[in-house]
Amino acid sequence: MNGRRQFDTDELAQFARQLCEQAQGTEQIEVCVSTGRSTTVRAYNGDVESLRSGHSAAIGVRVITDGRQGFASAGSLDTDVIADTLAAARRNVMFGEPDPHQGLAEPDDVAPPGLDLSDPAVLSVSDADKIAAAIDLERRCLAADPRISGVRVAAWSDGWSQSALASSTGICVQSEHGSCSVGAQPLATDGDETQIGYAGDAAWRPDELDIDRVVTESTSQATGQLGATKPPSERVTVVLAPPVAAAFIGVVASVLAADSVLKGRSPFADRVGEQIADERLHLVDDPTDPTTLGAANFDGEGLAARRNALISAGVLSGFLHNAYTARRSDTASTGSAVRGTRSIPGVGTHAPVVATGDIAAGDLHASVGDGVLVRGVSGLHSGVNPTSGDFSVGAWGHRIAGGQLAEPFREATIASTLQRMLLGICGIGATAEPLAGGMSMPPLVVADIALSGV
Amino acid sequence: MTRTSDITAAAEITAEPLVDLDVVDATLRAALDAGGEWAELFAEDRESTSVVFDEGRVEEMNSGRDRGVGIRVTAGEVTGYAHTSDLSAHGLADAARTAAAVATRQPHGGTVDMRSLGGNALAEPRVAVLPASIGAERKVALLRAADDAARSSHEAVTQVTARYGESRRRILVANTHGVCAADDQVRTLFSVGCVASGDGGLQTGRETVGYTVGWELFDDHDPAELAERAAQRAVTKLAARPAPSGEVPVVIARGGGGVLFHEACGHGLEADLVRKGASVFAGRVGSQVAASGVTLVDDGTMGPEWGALAIDDEGHPTQRNELISDGILTDYMWDWLRSRDEGRVPSGNGRRQSYTHLPMVRMTNTFVTNGDIDPADIIADTPWGVYVAHLGGGQVNTATGDFVFGMTESYLIEDGVITEPLREGNLIGNGPQVLLDIDALGNDFAMGSPGTCGKDGQGVPVGDGQPTLRVRALTVGGTAA
Repeated sequence: MNGRRQFDTDELAQFARQLCEQAQGTEQIEVCVSTGRSTTVRAYNGDVESLRSGHSAAIGVRVITDGRQGFASAGSLDTDVIADTLAAARRNVMFGEPDPHQGLAEPDDVAPPGLDLSDPAVLSVSDADKIAAAIDLERRCLAADPRISGVRVAAWSDGWSQSALASSTGICVQSEHGSCSVGAQPLATDGDETQIGYAGDAAWRPDELDIDRVVTESTSQATGQLGATKPPSERVTVVLAPPVAAAFIGVVASVLAADSVLKGRSPFADRVGEQIADERLHLVDDPTDPTTLGAANFDGEGLAARRNALISAGVLSGFLHNAYTARRSDTASTGSAVRGTRSIPGVGTHAPVVATGDIAAGDLHASVGDGVLVRGVSGLHSGVNPTSGDFSVGAWGHRIAGGQLAEPFREATIASTLQRMLLGICGIGATAEPLAGGMSMPPLVVADIALSGV
Repeated sequence: MTRTSDITAAAEITAEPLVDLDVVDATLRAALDAGGEWAELFAEDRESTSVVFDEGRVEEMNSGRDRGVGIRVTAGEVTGYAHTSDLSAHGLADAARTAAAVATRQPHGGTVDMRSLGGNALAEPRVAVLPASIGAERKVALLRAADDAARSSHEAVTQVTARYGESRRRILVANTHGVCAADDQVRTLFSVGCVASGDGGLQTGRETVGYTVGWELFDDHDPAELAERAAQRAVTKLAARPAPSGEVPVVIARGGGGVLFHEACGHGLEADLVRKGASVFAGRVGSQVAASGVTLVDDGTMGPEWGALAIDDEGHPTQRNELISDGILTDYMWDWLRSRDEGRVPSGNGRRQSYTHLPMVRMTNTFVTNGDIDPADIIADTPWGVYVAHLGGGQVNTATGDFVFGMTESYLIEDGVITEPLREGNLIGNGPQVLLDIDALGNDFAMGSPGTCGKDGQGVPVGDGQPTLRVRALTVGGTAA
């Protein structure tokens, strides 16, 4: 295969299939190949600061022989590299140790959702238009409020990728799609004080990007924090703004992946059928909604992507599985293998969705009375232990006093455990607010969270 | 253990530059011909291998290979960048023209300065034994030894994951100002994570060693001892009580909290953030920004530490940069672009994750130097507070200096004595305030665990360190009243 030219998706699929045909004896081979191109433009001071573009290609080869697994990957589709990659994966098998449940996914009878995700709109945007979009984003942030003193980053990004996955067990799938995104980090200044905000959006098509929301959200974050002070330490009722709620729900969904359950690293192991959250909470993983960037026809092992209920009326419905965890649990894959071209498939969510509740947007603060609205969190990667469930993360936002939004706070933490937080949900907004990537999330109200400040 | 550094390695001597120098020269000229004012070629060849040992067996053995070139072209304030994995002369010329296209938005009109390439385009690995020259069975044996040690150390240990990782990254950087330099960076890492199970649920403990060295890492570090420490950390936390909530005096053990300075002030001293007014330290050179006695250094020459480099990813030699001297802010960290605008020389802090990324100002090994107090006296002099033995990752808002980081191992201090273990929590503070609030600095400096800094989504290896020290008050994000 010559890596110097562009391939169409059919050619990638054919190539992946041919490589799988080299499987010998009981050997299983899975090949994932992809090509892509991307552009990122950053604007600063009314002009383009940088424009970065490039082509990429990648291959990942997984070999399983008698329950032993080896993997190798490379950032090229040149002929010599491909041969080296297969050889390296086979070599790595020799040091794997047999696991009777190890094996590639076998085709099942579940039909893929048949989504048409390969909208070419992003391909028709010229470099000049991308530059104009980034410059315009910076200009609009600066114009949004007189206190906006600068914009650290105003960026446009887009990409187009083609990929194919084939296996010696008879799987062969392909996909092709583009996407684009914008992001802004405006600075707000008042006297000696400077605050920074951030918001972004991502979509399949340029005309689906919600630039208004990005400008409003990023600049109001920055200006809203001016004058913020450290709050007193107390146990409070917390309103998690939709982006924050989404971040926590993402963590919850990740600990419902069967790999962490099987390895004794999930606080929710052995709890299927039990009440693990307030009955108002309904959580599904739904890759079949084509409006979100989490939409997919296939999972990372080429099985049909599908809608999976995780928590229904607060009761744990089940865990997410890939082929390996399903075989080990004597069940079927839920189509939840997630991977990059260059990594072994893990287990995870595509597009977690929380059902809306019954608190109208205008009644949210009144329903709390006294508490805090958390608009942003930091240190989520270091502050949540997905095995014990303990979390403690940096938080900023506004106090809620007498049912009204009050002064801003910063330099505080909120802490509890994921287990207690799920059971402590005491309200869910009736309106799901749009988030980046076509996702949406209602605000969540959670009782009895430790707020640490002064 | 067998010492390995006296074993002659089949070290692969790099006989040729990553890209032929005639091709480099032609590519740079193509970029200038297409309208660039200055151009740079960055070539990278990276090989890596990792082995994951989980549930008592080898779960994954992965190898990866990446090769590519990024071309950067500037004209005035505009930067164009194009990356490709096509290393042919034709592919590189294409990338050069693509990178130059955007630069023509600001025609410079001046004389183009194309100097001939100097320096050395060849580099040899600065390690005793290339990890790739060691058979995989020896790597697996170390992982198995770690797994055995962790499981047999305590019956409460219910799960163990051990990881081995090696990488070799060869780079070549050349630009139209005559810079031509190469480096061969080899890093080796070993980590063990344990889960312990008790009446109160599950707790975790992790230990990691990683250096810019080869297989000789294991001359000085025994995986079994590492595993026992990770297991002990998880088991200790089974009996932990909730951490306090609110402002508390915090003593941070030597080497356990360098990340505090990485987050609290390191990022704020990066010239790209300073220049955009996104740093709370902008305009403060010459001012007192930390308690007297506090000296903060970033040092890329500090072999064999995790953030050590011979050259940065713009081809400039790394160096020792004193950023804060005895409490006074003396300088920021600089890459080529930002130092060009200030008419100064770069400080060797221009780094990038890979050839697909634009370089920016990054830290290397960042640390606070020794004070003169016996660390035992610092604890004895603390009536009540929190002793942090080990910190996890962190995050900072550079505009305000507010930062958080996780306490992965911490204890209560009562009447000058370390007492009960505490559950995990985050610390939150404000960088400029914390620097001023350091009220005791020990004389027991040590570097800490290897880290990955993720600024703007680009991961690069960094080191950090500090002596035992005390901060007068930090907010501990626990749940105890």
